[in-house]
Formats: sequence, structure tokens, C-alpha cells
Amino acid sequence: MSLLSLENVTLSFGGLIAVNNVSFHVGEGEVFSLVGPNGAGKSTVFNLISRFYDPQKGNIKVNGESILRLRPDQVPSLGIARTFQNIELFEQSTVLQNLLIGRQRHRKSNLLSEMFFAPSVREEERRHRHVVEEVIDFLELQAYRDKYIAGLPYGIRKVVELARALATEPKLLLLDEPASGLSLEETNDMIYWIEDIKKQMNITVLMVEHDMNLVASVSDRVLALADGKELAIGTPQEVQSHPDVIKAYLGTGGEINV
Amino acid sequence: MRFVFKRSYDDDIKLFKHRPQAFYYLALLILMLALPLLLDDFFLGEVTYVLIFAIAGMGLMLLTGHTGQVSLGHAAFLALGAYLNAIMLSKGIPFVITLPLAGILTGIIGMIIALPVLRLHGIYLAIATLAISVLADDIIVMAEPFTGGVTGLVAPPIDIFGLDIDRYGTPILFYFLVLFVTLFVLMIYRNIMRSPLGRAFVAMRDSEISAQALGVNITKTKATAFAISCAITGLAGALLGHFAGAFNNETFNIVLSIQLLLMIVIGGLGSIHGAFFGAMVVGFLPQFIAITRDFATDNFGFNSLSMPGIETGVFALILVLFILFEPMGIYGRWVKIRTYFELFPFYRKNMFKRQKSYLKTERMK
Ligand SMILES: Nc1ncnc2c1ncn2[C@@H]1O[C@H](COP(=O)(O)OP(=O)(O)OP(=O)(O)O)[C@@H](O)[C@H]1O
Ligand SMILES: [Mg+2]
Repeated sequence: MSLLSLENVTLSFGGLIAVNNVSFHVGEGEVFSLVGPNGAGKSTVFNLISRFYDPQKGNIKVNGESILRLRPDQVPSLGIARTFQNIELFEQSTVLQNLLIGRQRHRKSNLLSEMFFAPSVREEERRHRHVVEEVIDFLELQAYRDKYIAGLPYGIRKVVELARALATEPKLLLLDEPASGLSLEETNDMIYWIEDIKKQMNITVLMVEHDMNLVASVSDRVLALADGKELAIGTPQEVQSHPDVIKAYLGTGGEINV
Repeated sequence: MRFVFKRSYDDDIKLFKHRPQAFYYLALLILMLALPLLLDDFFLGEVTYVLIFAIAGMGLMLLTGHTGQVSLGHAAFLALGAYLNAIMLSKGIPFVITLPLAGILTGIIGMIIALPVLRLHGIYLAIATLAISVLADDIIVMAEPFTGGVTGLVAPPIDIFGLDIDRYGTPILFYFLVLFVTLFVLMIYRNIMRSPLGRAFVAMRDSEISAQALGVNITKTKATAFAISCAITGLAGALLGHFAGAFNNETFNIVLSIQLLLMIVIGGLGSIHGAFFGAMVVGFLPQFIAITRDFATDNFGFNSLSMPGIETGVFALILVLFILFEPMGIYGRWVKIRTYFELFPFYRKNMFKRQKSYLKTERMK
């Protein structure tokens, strides 16, 4: 059974059909990429999975069960974490505090015990911190632990957002353009990390990315979208050489770089 | 120059970051405990007044400074606390029960009132909460059988296990009572802010959308923030009732609501210190103006400073100056001075300049 499946999902904003009858399945342990020109509806698919939007048609299932009755804040408890295309960090907090918010879905303490900082709360805090420190080690963020986000360079912010998603201990990780705006070197780091996330942490990854080099290096399967519709699905090579895909990219100025 | 070496996770969980810091706060506490020996009754009363405002300030700071929800209606919750406490006292319920109960009830009622306005953001929330303040005024007048209407109520005397506490009769005891409540609220506030709930507050303030994507239930967390904020404000209100002795609807008018908000802005949004700094400005300002006015009249012989509304005017001026020159409030200025000494001689002038920030052009929602 697939971990995540979209079945004939359609969403339109006014007259614009952003996602048009899209279906795909992401299997456990897979790295699955969504590609397509600007405005293809990729981020909208993410926002649908995050439950920010209700699809007008179709169904979204996690482990075979529909998630359409859940609120956005209940999605993380299914083991789904995400990053945003336009980095949504907590600007006035430190890196450490940002990652600790990633632990929110594991919160067990209640208001009363927190008001008096009961020993159980302290114990829980230590455990959260332990998980967060492992993520910090993994992504080599030690030097930035106590730095405020507001002062961090773009590349580091991207990594912090990935770290925050990992701190939730997800089963499925949604990455919206993890390498956009990164230097070649930073992109290479990202490739290694995504491979480790898949192989060592056994986390399934659904990714939106324009950098075809990154997509081809890490993806098991790729789905190409254009104007909300599916163009092609298959291995990175199959999709990249698919005539419809090439046509879609040529139509928008040939952003594909093989 | 100071380096803080951290050895365990607890170093970040502790209330005090390092030993000197714990020492400063201990010294401050001892000073506060010894204050009745140092000040006469009048000035002790002024300090008591500042502490009551600091409690109210903490209430609003939690909501506005840490959770990002503006409220221009908090005078209504001060009033609620004051009336609930006074009414319960007059029914013969002992103060040790009426005070906490006034806080808890104000919290619950505040949360119920807030639920419909929780979906509003920014200026709309400000307007809706302003309406709460306006309505409160009318409700107090209309509920005359309970509130005494425009005549108001007299706060019944406080009796804690046979100990009579009165603002004029036993100002020292009243001061200690207020100090105790201040420390209690402070402790709870600090504990919440180092717990998951406090982090959820700050997360919601900075990005509601990603807080939600990380599992923060926005409605529930906002309602919780309102409840805690109103409960703290209710406690302050109950104490303010005793401080004022007698109060009516005018005591808790809209100006007080606005004053509360300006107080935390001047003090420094998003820090507990800010509530205290702001309270000092608001609490001592009338006194300061009176002294300046007397001085001006005596020495220069002009009377123009005795015009009505001067207090609000000076207050507004201070606010404008802060927004222009120190948006982080008094606490922000204090952090800069402290950093200067801690890093001496390595302080750089542009240390607190924010680096290039990135526009969120395509922000959803
Ligand atoms: N909240 C919204 N309201 C109206 N239209 C929207 C909204 N969100 C997205 N759209 C539109 O839906 C279409 C798909 O947008 P989406 O952000 O999913 O594209 P994308 O594939 O992520 O593109 P990019 O590569 O530029 O990020 C676009 O035409 C966009 O303008
Ligand atoms: Mg996008």
C-alpha cells in the first residue's frame, strides 16, 4: 500500500484550474519529485496535502485513509512534515527554538504542568532537545544553534527549515524547492542530505524542484505537471525525454537543464 | 567580556543563564523586600501601583508581545477582575479565595468573549477588542445591582487569616501582597515561555501558517493565550480595585486600555522585562509631570503646564519617540547597553542592525 495517494484531485481558484484531475501514489521509502514550469500547480499540491485547501474533487489518502476531514494542524501527527517555497521560519526566534517548535506534535505536557514547570515537563524538554541536537548534528548547524533567524543568510535558512521539518520525526517529508537559491556547493550538500534522509532515516520524500540535476540524482520517480495537468510520470530519464515535457518547458522559455 | 559555556541541555532550560545573572535578580529581590525600610508610605504606594501595572502589563505582553494578538480591550478585563473580587468579598468569601477566583473567572470569561474575534487579524482584531472595552463601560453602568453603576463600588477590606491588609492602614502589608502576586505571575509566565506552549505562542506570532503545519492548533492556542492573559489581567484588576479603594465604570475607561497597550510597546514588545519597564513609565509619569509642573510654576512662573490632558500628551510624545528611535522599546535599548559591556571592547556599531531580510512575496493566505 502506498504511503500517500492523490486520486483525481482537482482544485481551482476562481476560473483558474490550478490542479486538474491529478492522481499519483508515493510508496514508502521512495523519493518522488514533482517538476513542471512555473505556475504548474506543484506548490498547490503541497498545500492540498497540508490541508490548507480543500480539493473540489478527488481524494487524498495517507496509509489508505482519507485525510480530507483533518485540520491542517492535525496533518503533522500523521508523520507528515514540510518546508515552504518562500521559507516560513520564526524570524524572531533562534535556530534552536525553531527546531524545538518542530517537536510540537510530540507535546504531552498540559497547561497546568507547564505553568509550574513540573519535573515531567523538564524531562520532556530534555528528550525534545536530544532529538533536536541529533538533527543539528546531521545538518551541521552547530554554529548557528543560538543565532536568530532574522540575521541568517538565505542558504542557512533553507537548511534550518529542513532541520525543523526533520525535528518532527516525520515519515513523509514534503520539500518545496529545497535547492532554489542555493549555490552549487550548497545544492550538492542538499543532494547528500536527501540521500541520507531516504537511506538512513527511512523517510519518504516528496519534492518539488526545478534543478533537474538534483531531481535526477535523488529521485526514484518523477511526475511532470503543466497547467495543473499530468504530463508524464516515470524515472527521471523517462520524464526528461518525454516529448510533452520538453514541449511544456520550451513553451515557457526552456527552463529545463539536462 | 563574558563567555557562557554550556555543559548540559539544562543550561538552556534553566531560568537564569549564568550565575551572575541569578545573582543580579537575587539582589533585586532583596532590594524589593527591603523597600519598605527605604521608602516612605507615599513612595511605597507609588511602587505598589507600578507593580500592579506590571502585572497587567505581563497579562497583555503575553497576548500581544508573545502571541502577536493586539488587544485594545484589556481595561475591560481589569474591570472584570476588580468587580468580581469586590462582589465576592462583599458576599463574605475570604480574600484568599476571591483573588485567585477573580483571576480564573476573568480568564474563562475573557476566553469566551475572545472566541468570536480570534479569527480576526491585526487592525481588525484591535477594533473588535476596542469594542469590548466600549461595551464593558456600558455593561458596568447597566448592571447596577451588582456593580453599583456610576456610583461604583468600594473594595471591601482584605483579611488574610486575621491579618488586615489595607492600602492606607497597612501600606507595607499591601505592598508585600502585590509583590507576592507579581512574583507568582512572573514565575508562571517564565515557565510557560520555556515550555512547548510558550513556543507555540511565539511561533503563531511569527508565522501562523508554519506553526499550523507543525501541529499548532491555532484557534485553541490563541484561546489559551487569551485565557491566560485575561486571568493575569483579572488579578491585576482585583488588586487595582483595592489600590483605588473605590471604583466605577470611569476607572476602567478606554484610555486605560490604550495606556496598557502603549505601556508594553514603550517597555519593549516580546519581553517580560518590557512589561516592567513600561509599568515604570506609566506609573511614575503622572508623578514626574506633577513635580516638573510644580518646578516650572515655582521657578518660571508660568502655568501653561497645568492644562488638562498634558499626561496623555506627554505619553503620546514618548510613544512616538520610541517608535521612531527605539522600536524595540526600553528593553531593546537595555539589551544593547548590556551587550556593549559584555562584549567590551569588541562591540560593533552595526551589531543590532538587521541584515537583509527576505521578502515573502508569494506568501500564501
Ligand atoms: N491562493 C491562491 N489564490 C489564487 N491563485 C492561486 C493561489 N495559489 C496559487 N494560485 C495559482 O495557481 C497556479 C499554480 O500555482 P503554484 O504555486 O502551485 O505553482 P507552482 O507549480 O508551485 O509554481 P512555481 O514553480 O512558480 O512555484 C498559479 O497560476 C497560481 O497563480
Ligand atoms: Mg511553487
